Amino acid sequence: MKRLATIVAAALCMAAASDPAERLADPAQEARAREMFREVRCLVCQNESIDDSNAELAADLRRLVREEIEAGKSDEEVRQHLIDRYGEFVLLKPAFSWGNAALWAAPLLVVIAGLLLLMRSFRNRIEEESLSPEEAERLKRLSED
Amino acid sequence: MTVEIGAFSLALALVLSLAQALLSAGARWRRSSALAGAGQGAAVAAFVALLVAFAALMHAFVVSDFSVANVAANSHSAKPLLYRVAGTWGSHEGSMLLWCLALTGCGAAVAAFGRDLPAGLKSLTVATQGALGVVFLAYTVFASNPFVRLATPPVEGRSLNPLLQDPALAFHPPALYLGYVGMSVVFSFAVAALIEGRVDAAWARWVRPWTLAAWSALTIGITLGAFWAYYELGWGGWWFWDPVENASFMPWLIAAALLHSAIVTEKRGALAGWTVFLALAAFSFSMLGAFLVRSGVLTSVHAFAVDPTRGVLLLIILGVTAGAGFALFAWRAPSLSRGGVFAPISRESALVLNNILLAAATATVLLGTLYPLMREAATGEAISVGPPFFNLTFTPLMAVMALILPAGPLLAWKRGDLHGVLQRLWIAALIALACGFAAFALISPRKAFSAAGVAMGAWLVVGALVELAERTRAFRASGAETWRRLTGLPRGAWGMTLAHLGLGVFVLGACFETGWKLEAAEVLPIGGGLTLGEYSLVLDDIRSVDGPNYEAERGLLRAFKGDAEICAPSPERRFYPAGGQTTSEVAICTRGLDHLYVVLGERRDAAGQPVWLVRAYWNPWALLIFIGPAIMAVGGAISLSDRRLRIAAGRRRLVEATA
Repeated sequence: MKRLATIVAAALCMAAASDPAERLADPAQEARAREMFREVRCLVCQNESIDDSNAELAADLRRLVREEIEAGKSDEEVRQHLIDRYGEFVLLKPAFSWGNAALWAAPLLVVIAGLLLLMRSFRNRIEEESLSPEEAERLKRLSED
Repeated sequence: MTVEIGAFSLALALVLSLAQALLSAGARWRRSSALAGAGQGAAVAAFVALLVAFAALMHAFVVSDFSVANVAANSHSAKPLLYRVAGTWGSHEGSMLLWCLALTGCGAAVAAFGRDLPAGLKSLTVATQGALGVVFLAYTVFASNPFVRLATPPVEGRSLNPLLQDPALAFHPPALYLGYVGMSVVFSFAVAALIEGRVDAAWARWVRPWTLAAWSALTIGITLGAFWAYYELGWGGWWFWDPVENASFMPWLIAAALLHSAIVTEKRGALAGWTVFLALAAFSFSMLGAFLVRSGVLTSVHAFAVDPTRGVLLLIILGVTAGAGFALFAWRAPSLSRGGVFAPISRESALVLNNILLAAATATVLLGTLYPLMREAATGEAISVGPPFFNLTFTPLMAVMALILPAGPLLAWKRGDLHGVLQRLWIAALIALACGFAAFALISPRKAFSAAGVAMGAWLVVGALVELAERTRAFRASGAETWRRLTGLPRGAWGMTLAHLGLGVFVLGACFETGWKLEAAEVLPIGGGLTLGEYSLVLDDIRSVDGPNYEAERGLLRAFKGDAEICAPSPERRFYPAGGQTTSEVAICTRGLDHLYVVLGERRDAAGQPVWLVRAYWNPWALLIFIGPAIMAVGGAISLSDRRLRIAAGRRRLVEATA
């Protein structure tokens, strides 16, 4: 409870990113920076983006991202710079890499597996329901009689 | 003295649960109705004992008995009564006691009310429920006993946490726990059916009300938590894909899948194995949720009970219980009957698709929650999985589900007529597209994805209404005929329509709010103003307010739309000297479905003059985000009342037949 309280208390001075003192002059660049903040983790916080966090480190990271965007760097370059400095942990969106293949592919794999099972059950049913050659022969004979 | 009675009752409940498990299992073994009766008696007695224990702990909290360690650590004599009562389940120990209370309560309910159940199935269910009770009660008694006394009681309790003193948060844990533990009955039913080797329509019918009740309670619990986060944390967010949120969301998803697959098993006898699997999974995910939250294994915003030894114990309980259930499943499931045949285009297929998508969504949430742990354990590299991941994976799955959802209830069992269904849905498609285009064309800034989301929400809402119109032959038969059909609709049908409608309402709110929320923040002197879209705010004054245990600055603002004043928000920034915490009381003006959300920030100095940071958000249709799930929960409750009526009706017929 205590811990939650301190965490939440930290959270309360939040949405720090909109602070007018930090804002970039160019609205388009500022919008890009805000978009980017949501993907960057406040490393010392618990599961918060730097867009939300009021921690000092979050403010430093925001300044870094804003400076790079102001200097004309692309989103990809800013991201790479952050990874070089802090590791993959800093991005809330895991990279599309082999190490994360299982993570990104899982939803699709489960859907495909489910659909395959469903289709197989339809095929089995059709085979079960259709007559075997012997049965067909017998039916033919019976109907001829 | 009451505390000792509580401690004794808790230990007694453990013994009674053990008796319940052994007697009921013996009853099935010997086919003895005397043993079965004794087992059921023990189940009811265990519940009564826990009621006494829970009341004793609540009494200790209400009278602020700080000789009890748990009360001293988690309460304070200055807390208002409601929060002293809620303090009973606020701590780890208290919440485990609540868990056990619900668990034995469910066992007692099956024992006392399950009169229509076959004797063998009932005994095995009560026995399994008793075994679950033994496991969790043993944990509570030996590893997390809430009745431990202190040798030297403090004069005052330690915790007076301002943020947690909130009505929504007071009732958030009980609702969640009712949901989690309600799944235990479903689990016990599944274990019993696997041992009996019979999963049929009757079994599915008994499982459904429990699933419905648990799912509805989870819906309420999750929504209360989201609502609390929305108005208390101060930046208007309501869902963060935080591990602890995910922990409660996974059982909800599984329960939703189970509700749908149980319909197929009940009506058509198909999917028996899968339904049993989901029944086992629902409680396993509930236990996983309890483990994740209570152990603090995942560092998250909510991790407030970090205790590794208890975490390990909970993990063992989870592993043994779920492991036993699934091992039994692997052993017995192949012998289950395969049930009715259905064509690729049929209501069964639609429900299977629903299950595939919900299962994939659960897998996504599970993997997203645990992957950082798994990868760190495997390679030592730390990664983060945050909201962007879930937006890219979970959201598309749900979009596909929403797309096919309205067609499901219109399809016939066994072999459906897709062409006919699409003909009946064209009006819904037309309205949905119109809404989407309108949102895209009229609302600035232009957002294609949000507009698509609005179309999706409208598709769900109108789709649910079309289904209702089909059932009542509205616009085709006479008004009187439609009215007769409308009033004659079974409550289960109303429940389904409301649940689907509620989902649509939620989608509308969520897409609108996330897509078109506005945000503005300025440092304002007294008399300064800021604009937010077509609204403007003026800071008239700042007053100092002395609360009972805090000092606050209260901003007196006025909000205008054009020249017309629409409301006077007065947000506060509170400082609690005792804990050195600063909190924020958000001011929310509700305008129709929209929220104007105002937060008072810190005081700064600008050229010797005091200024205040004021943040304002315009959250369009935010109300729907919370109304939607409320409609879903009401749907669940209405459907639940239908069950009881039908079971009672069945019994009445039985009585008439025997008379």
